[in-house]
Amino acid sequence: MNEKVISVHNLVKKFGSFVANDHLSFDVYKGEIFGFLGANGAGKTTAIRILSGLSRPTSGEVIVAGYDAHKQPEQIKKNIGYMCQKFSLYEDLTVKENIMLYGGIYGMKKQLIRDRTKNLLERLRFEEYGDRLIASLPLGLKQKLAFSVAVLHEPKIVFLDEPTGGVDPITRRQFWEMIYETAARGITVFVTTHYMDEAEYCDRVSIMNEGKIEALDTPAGLKQKYQAGSIEEVFIRIARPGKN
Amino acid sequence: MKRLLVFVKKEFLHIFRDFRTMVILFLIPGALILLFGFVVSTDLKNATVSFLDLSKDEMTQKLSDKICSSGFFKRGENLKSFQDIDPALRGNKIKAVIIFEKDFSAKLISEGKATVNIITDGSEPNMATMATNYISAIVADFNSELAGGGKAAALRVQPEVRMFYNPSLKSQHMFVPGVITLIMILICALMTSITITREKEFGTMEALLVSPLKPIQIILGKIVPYFILSLVDVIIILLLSRYVFDLPVKGSVVLLLAEAMLYILMSLSLGILISTVSKTMQQAIFISLVGMMLPTVLLSGFIYPIENMPKAYDWVSAIMPPRYFIIIIKNVMIKGTGFLYVWKETLILTLFTLGAIGLSMRKFNIRLQ
Amino acid sequence: MTTKTIISADRLSKSFGAVKALQDISFEVAEGEIFGFIGPDGAGKTTLFRIITTLMLPDEGKVTVLGLDCVKGFRELRKNIGYMPGRFSLYMDLTVEENLNFYATVFGTTVKENYDLIADIYSHIEPFRKRPAGKLSGGMKQKLALSCALIHKPALLVLDEPTTGVDAVSRAEFWEMLKKLRKHNITILVSTPYMDEAMQCDRVALIQEGKILSVDQPGKITAGFSRKLFSIKAPEKYQLITALREFPLVNTAYPFGDSVHVTFRDDVYDDSLIGFLEAKGVSGVIIAETRAGIEDRFLELMEKK
Repeated sequence: MNEKVISVHNLVKKFGSFVANDHLSFDVYKGEIFGFLGANGAGKTTAIRILSGLSRPTSGEVIVAGYDAHKQPEQIKKNIGYMCQKFSLYEDLTVKENIMLYGGIYGMKKQLIRDRTKNLLERLRFEEYGDRLIASLPLGLKQKLAFSVAVLHEPKIVFLDEPTGGVDPITRRQFWEMIYETAARGITVFVTTHYMDEAEYCDRVSIMNEGKIEALDTPAGLKQKYQAGSIEEVFIRIARPGKN
Repeated sequence: MKRLLVFVKKEFLHIFRDFRTMVILFLIPGALILLFGFVVSTDLKNATVSFLDLSKDEMTQKLSDKICSSGFFKRGENLKSFQDIDPALRGNKIKAVIIFEKDFSAKLISEGKATVNIITDGSEPNMATMATNYISAIVADFNSELAGGGKAAALRVQPEVRMFYNPSLKSQHMFVPGVITLIMILICALMTSITITREKEFGTMEALLVSPLKPIQIILGKIVPYFILSLVDVIIILLLSRYVFDLPVKGSVVLLLAEAMLYILMSLSLGILISTVSKTMQQAIFISLVGMMLPTVLLSGFIYPIENMPKAYDWVSAIMPPRYFIIIIKNVMIKGTGFLYVWKETLILTLFTLGAIGLSMRKFNIRLQ
Repeated sequence: MTTKTIISADRLSKSFGAVKALQDISFEVAEGEIFGFIGPDGAGKTTLFRIITTLMLPDEGKVTVLGLDCVKGFRELRKNIGYMPGRFSLYMDLTVEENLNFYATVFGTTVKENYDLIADIYSHIEPFRKRPAGKLSGGMKQKLALSCALIHKPALLVLDEPTTGVDAVSRAEFWEMLKKLRKHNITILVSTPYMDEAMQCDRVALIQEGKILSVDQPGKITAGFSRKLFSIKAPEKYQLITALREFPLVNTAYPFGDSVHVTFRDDVYDDSLIGFLEAKGVSGVIIAETRAGIEDRFLELMEKK
């Protein structure tokens, strides 16, 4: 658990005179499930764009998957996976076609894609769905599939944006078990969410407010420190004083 | 009434705050007029010509037969006097009038030359130019036949060309009616269908439907702003054509505007109708462009004369409202004819309008599907 | 409860093609209640709300709202319902003020007339009244949409997933506002996919795949959990869950935040579990009995089906 996969030191991102990220510093380790929380407009999205190589930091040291966000954003992109709440799968392609497409995008060999596809469909007990269109699948299945596709190329880190918003409790739990399994395989899972009960599933949680990281600890540690019954209470205590 | 007013005000705010809408409303019309100033060439086939034969002799018979058997022209009714020419051309069926001067054969033999006058409808410049060129070519051919037939080589039939209505044959003038027709469909059908589907997509339609607003209030609220702005556009186009292209409205401006209002109303209803069958803005844009604008450009006689179309297209064109509006506006604007010449087209357009309004009112849902 | 019934739904069904969105839904809402529909996306919440707000017709069944039939009385009803659809029904290119004035006039009233009703909510966004709605933050959009839905002083307020996509602080504020509306005697029907929000309602209906699983006060729903529930923690969560599933006496094991919620067959908890887990390589195990939450109950109800 000691290998750093994300190492951020004094990250600053400015848009004109507006400071979106104000000296962020944190490390995320291999196989960790890291919750990245913050109110609307706290600077979460900006930070994630930098971590995923989509935008450059103004200053500070950002190393993701061993690559520098200033100089090697393309290398970063190859070594991460991404899944957003509105699934990144094409509704009018079949399950297999989607997998083929994403494997191809990440430059995987055909045979490797085929093996992993078979493996993936077996694990999800999806075999009979291989040739179905994504549009015809129930919501829960789509979500699980989207996650599997995001880690198809065995990235070092996978970014998840509100992964289990709006799904039923059983599917939600199956989904978190997949995340646990992925993390146990050594893939770091970086979760951003508005929903504090999702944060409770993470190994460690950071809470951003107005461009700064105000708290970073295990969920239990945060609850203890703020004498709160839930992460939600912790969050409100941190974010509220700054609200209008 | 207050509800309607606040709705109309809201629509105006949407329009004035959206840069793209403003461009479509006020820049595109001018740009299109300039753009379509170029002539699109077309082919001539079976255009009707009438003859005013003042000598009725062997030669004129031969020449008129030759013209009508060429495949380019077919014989229309024979005219009796010069007074018949104007109504014949205004009636729109006849593309050219050919006049053989008095004592044609006699002059040809005695003086060695005789004159054929060709009068064409300049309000359709493509047609007019082509008709004259073809007729001149046939006359030239006739001349060489005369020469080959042993008659003196000096015998010559001279074509003399005159054009009615648009004597200088400025072709861009002809596109003014086309552009007005097109712009109205663009603004009215496209823009109204977009604004309504936009409300569907953004979820505001749900809130409107749940409110005590009646469908008629919503529809009118959408129609009124675009009705006014479209009319402003017509006036801008007419001013442009008057002062930039030097083409005034020959007929009654009031009649022209009244006809334009009728056409705008119909296009708006079509826009509402489109929005009732589309769920997204994309669908609405697609239907408006493919279903309204393309046919307007291609089938209404705007660019390609309806006469030159295969029969099947002609039939399709018959159910395109723009076709009738183009006829009306060409008549009023360029030929200066009055209501009596366009009442039939006006009636057809009125029926289309009533149909479109009725259908869109019925299709406009008070609930979600 | 002796107060009058505001909504009475009787055996509602609605299908879209082969998809049964609602099946045999019946429930009643009393005046002044905050009544929540809790269920995942696709459970039928939006369809149900659209029927209640007269936007859709049910295939079968009957709904009476404020004493009026939703199908026949829709004109009259539309004057008395405030509805906030899932996508905030705001005009993003109009300013805060223009949006509010528009909805006020559409409903035949003025902002001034009912200002006291929205004052609490609107005061948060009033400083930005000249700003286009599209440039507001999620939380402020939500407040504006609520103000617009309330401006005509409806007897029934219907809110479809008002808290989706809004941060925790704004959500907490939102629930506080809804509770304040009680004093105006407005009945509130609200839906959410988030189980933890159930506790904010007076009564909730758990809904899944178009069927109501349970209707009651949130406390009574959780009390309906029929088994002993244990919370088990260990540092290696994935190993813990897989190991628990292999233990013969375990009935269900679901991850729940930083722990795993476990029920045992016949509610018999056996100390041999710790030894079993250690043999599987899971150490540092903490076991404690715990009280079931709404989500536990929802899971139990889903399993029974």
